[in-house]
Amino acid sequence: MLPQSVPLSWYLALSAILFSLGVAGFLYRRNVITVFMSIELMLNAVNLSFVAFSYKLKQNDGHIFSFFVMVVAAAEAAVGLAIILTVFKNRQTLEIDELSSLKN
Amino acid sequence: MDAILFLIFAAVAVICGLNLVLQTHPISSALSLVGVMGSLAALYLLLGGEFIAAAQLIVYAGAIMVLFIFVIMLLNAGSEHRVQKGPWVKFFAIPLLVAFLGLLAYVVETVVAPGEGVRFGGFTQGSALDIGKKLFTVYMLPFEVTSVLILIAILGAIVLARKELD
Repeated sequence: MLPQSVPLSWYLALSAILFSLGVAGFLYRRNVITVFMSIELMLNAVNLSFVAFSYKLKQNDGHIFSFFVMVVAAAEAAVGLAIILTVFKNRQTLEIDELSSLKN
Repeated sequence: MDAILFLIFAAVAVICGLNLVLQTHPISSALSLVGVMGSLAALYLLLGGEFIAAAQLIVYAGAIMVLFIFVIMLLNAGSEHRVQKGPWVKFFAIPLLVAFLGLLAYVVETVVAPGEGVRFGGFTQGSALDIGKKLFTVYMLPFEVTSVLILIAILGAIVLARKELD
């Protein structure tokens, strides 16, 4: 039997599941671009809990915070993809295991 | 009705998120991420965030993902090779995952006080008018600082992408 209104904890659980999927992708994937996309997934999951708590507290501050998160994500994507482009120009690879010059 | 819509979009989001992690080709992962973002936009609408749902579709699913797909196409990224994990990964992964999700569900259930649930239409301050009023009065300084940040990011992206290293 489904409830009439959705409990807030369902939204938070969905947010947690998406965040864990982002962490798993970040650790598991070997392609720089996909690792980057996993970070975007984590940011999205956090945005969902911002908006859910905003509903709970009856204030729209959470919406503004998630708007700022979006702007920062856009800036991060622009700079990060430019870095990936430069790395690819110099190394001809996207595998993160081969990009280990900082190790030594 | 609310619960049915939530379950549909939550299922789409989780399936697309799983697909993002499990696919080997970056283009499939990017398309799955678009699916996650679209269903999250629908969930924002259910939570009463009209402005944030539109911004999610335009900024995230529109602009950022197009940037990602441009870079994937430009670099001609192929499927990645799977690395063989150690035997302990296969042994511990599933029990640890179940334990982690169970703990998470327990914490969420205990921390969040059981109040009234989420109903469509129960929150009406998410329109562009209300967000705009707050954004240009209370959050004026952060807004201006973010505009400087994004200007610097654009300049940095241009400088990085044009640099000829040898």
